[in-house]
Amino acid sequence: MAVALAQSSMAARLTGARVGRRRTAVDRSMRTIAMAAAFLCAAPLVAVLFFVAAKGLSALSLDLITKPPKALGIGGGAANAVVGTLQMVPLAALIAVPVGVLGAVYVGEFAGRRSARIIRFCADVLVGVPSILIGIFVFTFLVLPFKQFNAFAGAVALAVIMIPVVMRTTEESLHLVPNALREASLALGVPVWRTVLSVVLRTGMPGILTGAMLAFARAMGETAPLLFTALGSRVVNVGDFGRPMDALPLFIYVNARQPVDALNEQAWGAAFLLLLVVLVINVAVRARSWGRRIG
Amino acid sequence: MNLETAVRSPEETVGRPLERDQAQPHDGVPPAGRPVMAPSTPPTSSAGPAAAAEAGGEITIEGLSVYYGGFRAVREVALTIPPRAVTAIIGPSGCGKSTFLRTMNRMHELTPGARVEGSVRLDGIDIYRPDVDPVQLRRVVGMVFQRPNPFPTMSIYDNVAAGLRLTGRHKRSELDGIVERSLVRAALWDEVKDKLKQPGTSLSGGQQQRLCIARALSVDPEVILMDEPASALDPIATLRVEELIAELRRNYTIVIVTHNMQQASRVSDRTAFFTMGEDRAGYLVEADDTVKIFTNPREQLTEDYISGRFG
Repeated sequence: MAVALAQSSMAARLTGARVGRRRTAVDRSMRTIAMAAAFLCAAPLVAVLFFVAAKGLSALSLDLITKPPKALGIGGGAANAVVGTLQMVPLAALIAVPVGVLGAVYVGEFAGRRSARIIRFCADVLVGVPSILIGIFVFTFLVLPFKQFNAFAGAVALAVIMIPVVMRTTEESLHLVPNALREASLALGVPVWRTVLSVVLRTGMPGILTGAMLAFARAMGETAPLLFTALGSRVVNVGDFGRPMDALPLFIYVNARQPVDALNEQAWGAAFLLLLVVLVINVAVRARSWGRRIG
Repeated sequence: MNLETAVRSPEETVGRPLERDQAQPHDGVPPAGRPVMAPSTPPTSSAGPAAAAEAGGEITIEGLSVYYGGFRAVREVALTIPPRAVTAIIGPSGCGKSTFLRTMNRMHELTPGARVEGSVRLDGIDIYRPDVDPVQLRRVVGMVFQRPNPFPTMSIYDNVAAGLRLTGRHKRSELDGIVERSLVRAALWDEVKDKLKQPGTSLSGGQQQRLCIARALSVDPEVILMDEPASALDPIATLRVEELIAELRRNYTIVIVTHNMQQASRVSDRTAFFTMGEDRAGYLVEADDTVKIFTNPREQLTEDYISGRFG
């Protein structure tokens, strides 16, 4: 073999043979497959946008947003769901953002390496827990004891979904705050708590806001945690967190299953509305941080 | 000086540098390029008890060792740092200069596992006494870092005001005056007085460093620790910082760590030479008047170092 190699001309060694040609072919086909996979990663978004817009655009109207469903028969709008989402999600954020941010402050600024790692690990796992389990979990202690589905339980379930997202994004943005700034502040004789509040959190604020907004958008679209908690309601519930309340995903879920075209239409309209809001939040937040990175 | 409490009695306030300026008729814009300064007093004046009280900020270090966990980074330092003068700390990389500096305002405590043995006394009070609050201590012993580190979210004005605002000791009406005086003292006022609302990070590196010095001055310290304050700056900016140090030493005790021997010889009154021992612990070889260290040092090690034979 070695002899054969030595005898073959340089040209043969460099341009060589079947092995090289086969490698080129494999390379080309693998590249094509990878490209197709990459395309499939992005395609669902486009497809969902397209279908939901095509079906929902015609159903989206002012009535859908402002009118409640008719008490009897078919018709009306999704005001019960819009109003419900607009109450439960902010309440969930009100619970989740302080908990998540403070938790991140503890993990990032105060905790020992070991406990930080444990808490971080738990938060990461919590992100991956099926959301219906979170619904059932909240059901057992905020619904069962009162024998009453209620919007507060819904908000708590959504908060549980949001907390780890807020915590992890906050922690990451605190991590990006240069240590030199902490030192600068402490060297001025600023107490630690004040340093965290006025220097670290303030410097990391854009990242924290991004995380909070993304968690907000995520909670808006959650259905499963609400099934066992807020339940859904055909009446417009303003402010009574002790009673069932509707939400856009619940509205879609319920109406899409009815054997009535008009109700299915409404579900499409609500879906389009939800998609629009979530998309706007996502794009706005990401565009902002994208612009910051460039600038 | 009372380290246990941030509130200073009126007697203690007398003769404090910033108030001294305040007492002077303040005619707004200072002459171009020249900071408004208190009448200059020689660094180590020896005029009666009143003057002695004024010249606070003497640091006496005895038997000081610094450990990171089990590793001894600095070994058995004994050094007296005179008030109202510039003391330079020189030595090769890794000899514990910065670590030593940071023991004087207890910033080393931020590193997990760091601890000290021995004593550091500031005007006679051991700053490692259990009842001394490191937060209060750092208001008396300020610090300027190697890289300019203005707060990026804050304007020029807010950066200087931060020291007071974040330590909760400001009266709104006094803030403007303190910010202006601090900037004047840091020889930056003329360059920034028309753009105080712009971000601190919009300034050049040298200006940012003087902004950080102004920020350190705003809380009215006695001592300013400088950790290679010009090493990230270009030569012109370095010169300006050195000129500033020469001005500041009239009113503050300054300890400057530098790896630049020319700088040490230019700015300091006293020089302490550190090096690293066999055990990788830094130790003080000798400390003396700067002129003496650079012309006729006692130790062969020092002579080798300043003549460029090692380090």
